[in-house]
Amino acid sequence: MTVALRLDGIVHRFGATVALAGASLEARAGEVHALLGENGAGKTTLLGILGGLLVPEAGTMEVDGARYAPRSPRDARDRGIALIHQELSLFPHLSVAENILMGAEPSRRGLWDRPEARRRTREVLSGFGHPEIDPDAVVGRLPIGARQVVEICRAIAARARVLLMDEPTSSLPRGDVDRLFATIARLRAAGVAVVYISHFLEETRAVASEFTVLRDGRTMGTGSLDSVTNEQLISLMVGRTVGQLFPRRESHPSDEVALDVEGLVAPGLKEVSFTLRRGEVLGVFGLMGSGRTEMVHALFGLSRPEAGRVGIRARPRPLHAPPADRLADGVGYLSEDRKGEGLALPLSLADNVTMTRFSSCSRHGVLDLAAQQRQAVERAAALQVRMRHPGQPARTLSGGNQQKVAFARLVHQEADVLLLDEPTRGVDVGSKAQIYEAVASAASKGKGVLMVSSYLPELLGVCDRLAVMSRGRLGPARPVGDWTPETVLEAAIGS
Amino acid sequence: MRKDLAQRLVRLGPFVGLLLVVAFFALASGAPERYLSGNNLRVVLAQTVIVAVGAIGMTLIIVGGGIDLSVGSVIALTGVLCALGLRDGWPPSLAVLAAVLLGGVVGLVNALAITRLRVVPFIATLGMLGVARGAAKWLASQTTVDTPPTWVNELAVTFPPVPWMVFAPAVWIALALAVLMAFVLRRTVFGRRVFALGSSEPAARACGIAIDRLKLAIYGTAGLLFGLAGVVQMSRLRQGDPTVANGTELDVIAAVVIGGGSLNGGEGSILGSMVGALVMAFLRNGSQQMGWPTYVQEILIGVIIVVAVAVDRWRHAQGDGE
Repeated sequence: MTVALRLDGIVHRFGATVALAGASLEARAGEVHALLGENGAGKTTLLGILGGLLVPEAGTMEVDGARYAPRSPRDARDRGIALIHQELSLFPHLSVAENILMGAEPSRRGLWDRPEARRRTREVLSGFGHPEIDPDAVVGRLPIGARQVVEICRAIAARARVLLMDEPTSSLPRGDVDRLFATIARLRAAGVAVVYISHFLEETRAVASEFTVLRDGRTMGTGSLDSVTNEQLISLMVGRTVGQLFPRRESHPSDEVALDVEGLVAPGLKEVSFTLRRGEVLGVFGLMGSGRTEMVHALFGLSRPEAGRVGIRARPRPLHAPPADRLADGVGYLSEDRKGEGLALPLSLADNVTMTRFSSCSRHGVLDLAAQQRQAVERAAALQVRMRHPGQPARTLSGGNQQKVAFARLVHQEADVLLLDEPTRGVDVGSKAQIYEAVASAASKGKGVLMVSSYLPELLGVCDRLAVMSRGRLGPARPVGDWTPETVLEAAIGS
Repeated sequence: MRKDLAQRLVRLGPFVGLLLVVAFFALASGAPERYLSGNNLRVVLAQTVIVAVGAIGMTLIIVGGGIDLSVGSVIALTGVLCALGLRDGWPPSLAVLAAVLLGGVVGLVNALAITRLRVVPFIATLGMLGVARGAAKWLASQTTVDTPPTWVNELAVTFPPVPWMVFAPAVWIALALAVLMAFVLRRTVFGRRVFALGSSEPAARACGIAIDRLKLAIYGTAGLLFGLAGVVQMSRLRQGDPTVANGTELDVIAAVVIGGGSLNGGEGSILGSMVGALVMAFLRNGSQQMGWPTYVQEILIGVIIVVAVAVDRWRHAQGDGE
């Protein structure tokens, strides 16, 4: 079999963050190649480079033996590379036929050839086992599963030589997963190379024959899936040593309950129950799409739970309460989306730190600016935020310092229950250590900390107990010493 | 079943609105035979033709997810150019052509600011609103430009020179362009790509559509139409006036929006926009006939814009089953 796709020494940076530091991959025509790795290992970045959405800083790529250096998605498409995105990228206002054929429209002298478009769309849809989808239906009105079918059919219709699939099954019902696998088998028989990303090893083994593991932006191993065990794959994916990054802390949670959740059901969540005690750090590990962020949103009132019971500081509280009520109950929230939801970037550091408790520095609704700055400086200094002035806009700080400002706000708020969603995402190692220190210090002062993360070493290094989230369900919380990286990943990807 | 009927009525929203406006004034004026007469219809159509031609171009832009605030200034600028050409003895067809092309050039400049300088359309065209207005005053030496009598002056007269035409030539031109643009938007690859761009720009880019070129084509084509609107404006005044059409861009945008266009892109139709333009024209005309002060018209049109969009939102909520 000929090599359809070869990547060598690919390097890519987002600002100061190194996403890829020499990644390589080789996929043959007629092969399904699994791309494995933890969150943040660089898989999605690599697909973005292949699809022409990102331009790498270094490295070489070849398609069918010829140099490949796409400057745009159009170049990628012309070379027969099709990308199926993790997030759907469809035209909600247009018809199924238009969505599938956009960019390669059947036309006669510039006129959209509707009968031909309908015919080709029907052909692709029935080839994929979905003859019931009407080519003229408006995509925005289709159920989510059907929309993903449309997205996959777009790549099929483009007659791709190399098909890149980023977690294509994440929103598909079981029957459609089988149809997708059958389609992939047909594509493989037709000599198409498929690069397939999935967090689920069982699914990966069902569809792929070869694998490449990425870790920290580097290729750590490659070969035939038949020749390795799941344990070997997982240790390639995890394989990191945990050094002095984490604070030494003595765990002595009290008997007092900080947050008590029973049978919580919400959009994206099937069942979540746990008890968080004061003075405890409870870790929740979950991969992208597992429901980890949905859980925090539901608890903080950012989405509407459907069922369950919530108690805060041993008092039953309404299941659905707006964030203002949760704040009043002493719950603090650190968003995973620092730029969108976590900070008001144009506002000053002082505003950002004191925003959830202006009462500490105002009288009759009028801010005492001097007091505000004094308090902000104090909080920021405790977290070693590197700043010039408390009036400086949050935007001008580095990612790590921004995250410390977001954390300082929770400290200033004097919250009793801290909901931390990916508290160290996109943060340099030094700032990470300072944030872990702050988490430990909050717990020692009797706060209850729920720390949600997809970065396993930090959970193992900081938490008292750990529970794993998988497909919308939260597993039982066990003392952190009872877990190993392998058992955690196994619980998360359900092998 | 009742919900079905209600939905169908709402889908016809702009038409229902138009009928309501016409029916109201026909009855309220106490002289329906005069309000509904052929002569009054000619007056209304001749009054609305500038906004209608502009709305054809604006529909293209808004469906593609953009906006153009410079229409009024472009109308003044191109009208002045046409008048200057006529005054200096150019053949009338050349003066008209030059004005239309100038509109297209202004559209291309807007698109270059949007694609090359990465300025959002609102700001790029807000800048052009000032630039084009200033250029019009400069060209016209801050005064009106009188034109010799040519056929250009007869384009938009209420009663056309040749009786069998019934309506002003510009009305027929607008109608033909509306039919053409509706066809382009619905049936050509270009038209579907405009919808795709407005529906989701990232998805359009991922489909390999050359976004920048498409935007140049959209703003350039719309600019040609704004240039034509400028010629019609000049023809109605029989002079080039650099201060004319102040705020016309808002009427043009309102016509598209009343007709079901969404400022988020991906939605809109030429037919809807034409009905939207007529709703406003009949409302103005009716108010005048009732002897209402102009501030009443302004308030009414403001209310209608908001109601039209609210009804449209409601319709979407129904359609998505949420």
